[in-house]
Amino acid sequence: MTQLAKAGAQLVVEHLRAWNAQAVSQVIEYRGDTTIVVPKELLRATAQQCKQDPALLFNLLSDATCLDRYPVEPRFELNYQLVSIPRRERICLRTCVSAQHPVVDSLESVWPGANWLEREIFDLFGIQFTGHPDLRRILLPEGFEGSPLRRDFPTEGKR
Amino acid sequence: MTTVETAIGTTKTMVLNMGPQHPSTHGVLRVLLELDGENVVSAVPDIGYLHTGIEKSCEDKTYSQAITLTDRMDYLNPLGNNLVYCLAVEKLLGLEVPKRAQYIRVMLVELQRISSHLVWLGTHAIDMGAMSLLLYCFREREEILKIFERFSGQRMMTSYIRIGGLALEPPAGWRERVKRFLDMMPARVDEYEALLTENRIWKGRLQGVGYLSPDDLIALSTTGPGLRAAGVAYDNRKLFPYSSYEEFDFNVPTRTESDCYARYMVRVAEIRESLKIVKQAMDKITDQGPIKADAPGIVPPEREKMKTEMEALIYHFKIFTEGFSPAPGEVYVAVESPRGELGCFIASDGSPKPLRVHFRGPSFINLQALPRMIKGQLIADTVACIGTIDIVLGEVDR
Repeated sequence: MTQLAKAGAQLVVEHLRAWNAQAVSQVIEYRGDTTIVVPKELLRATAQQCKQDPALLFNLLSDATCLDRYPVEPRFELNYQLVSIPRRERICLRTCVSAQHPVVDSLESVWPGANWLEREIFDLFGIQFTGHPDLRRILLPEGFEGSPLRRDFPTEGKR
Repeated sequence: MTTVETAIGTTKTMVLNMGPQHPSTHGVLRVLLELDGENVVSAVPDIGYLHTGIEKSCEDKTYSQAITLTDRMDYLNPLGNNLVYCLAVEKLLGLEVPKRAQYIRVMLVELQRISSHLVWLGTHAIDMGAMSLLLYCFREREEILKIFERFSGQRMMTSYIRIGGLALEPPAGWRERVKRFLDMMPARVDEYEALLTENRIWKGRLQGVGYLSPDDLIALSTTGPGLRAAGVAYDNRKLFPYSSYEEFDFNVPTRTESDCYARYMVRVAEIRESLKIVKQAMDKITDQGPIKADAPGIVPPEREKMKTEMEALIYHFKIFTEGFSPAPGEVYVAVESPRGELGCFIASDGSPKPLRVHFRGPSFINLQALPRMIKGQLIADTVACIGTIDIVLGEVDR
């Protein structure tokens, strides 16, 4: 990781910690990427801060993914790839969701581009996003039952 | 359906189904158009007709086996898909690819970008009624596909970019073929511009159509030529360079009008910039040198070595039976595909098969902007807007 990129990532962590110390529960640096683990309850507020804070300015939500770690708990990990176009920086926000209560706040009010990304995660993993204006299946047909990308769903499909 | 007040009384809007079989949706895209006469009140895209479960299938295959699946997502940019996946696996492994392989990758990916923009231009023109351009663009694209066939044996689904480098040595005589293409192409691009750029009908159909402000585009996560036509110079090759792009000298074309015509101008300028990069890459590629990284347990050994050396045979056996296991971790890599930011997120759990592979498809995310783009415009503008976003359904649905 270049010195400049490392310094940039540390700046983001410091700013978020200064804004709310609870927002940053863990910082993972791997292969030059920085991932900030955020508790589920503070996800939307942290996302809003990342977008609005003049020192951060993460205006582009590049991607939102889910990862199923079945049978390990917490089961689902949501990763949000953010880009700050003016500051030329990338960061990843992560939050973990349990299998018993797979519900998290929608970030559509922060970045409208999260609309289809969250619909895809709802479709394939079955995670509910509270506050999403139009949460319904996007890739699979309407009557489909199940969440295929979960690890306990067979690749060949169910008969 | 809603009621609409008109000068002669109230009427109802009509919901019209466009697709999934439709020549102008460029694939199996269904759009539900709510119309007030000829004006679009709202548009709801319905996707998933080409969903083949590529991301789930990747979890059942070893890291090398999944490369052939990646070709088939954005089927106009197979080399770009191979590249983003292999870059992500190489990042996960901490593997360095030799410079010669990086330059060949850059050259082929830029040729792929030209071929993708040619398909876009030909199909967009025929949608707008300029029918002759389709075959002109496909004629030039044939030359590029012939070059790919010489390199990899395949015109489209090349799987030529592999983990650690390339699949095969570049073929004999490749320089003459690429040089011939580079000599021919600039004049052809001038021909396309002579036919379209100052054409009254072309401008009439595209200028002022499909406008979205740069803030709206960023909020909707649009990337690629759509964002660059709004004045935002966001190009992963410049901002977050990969695969030795920092060594190449090229510009990132931008416009400010952010309508269909601006996006056309940006893409044609990008073809010219890609030609520059191909020329530079061709000059940088040496005739001798490695095309794969030196990583015995990961990159398969040369066939001759495998037949004569015991260690090479054992490595070959292990790689193709059980596969290699990267350390547990997650990475995200983003490249610049002809459509925007193409990303690959891979999570490894220490086993030979990936735990999760996710592709950030620019077509999927850029298509979100369609309803905002065509609201209040005419049906004919819908065709222009779908074309200008440049979607490939294989990438939208995966």
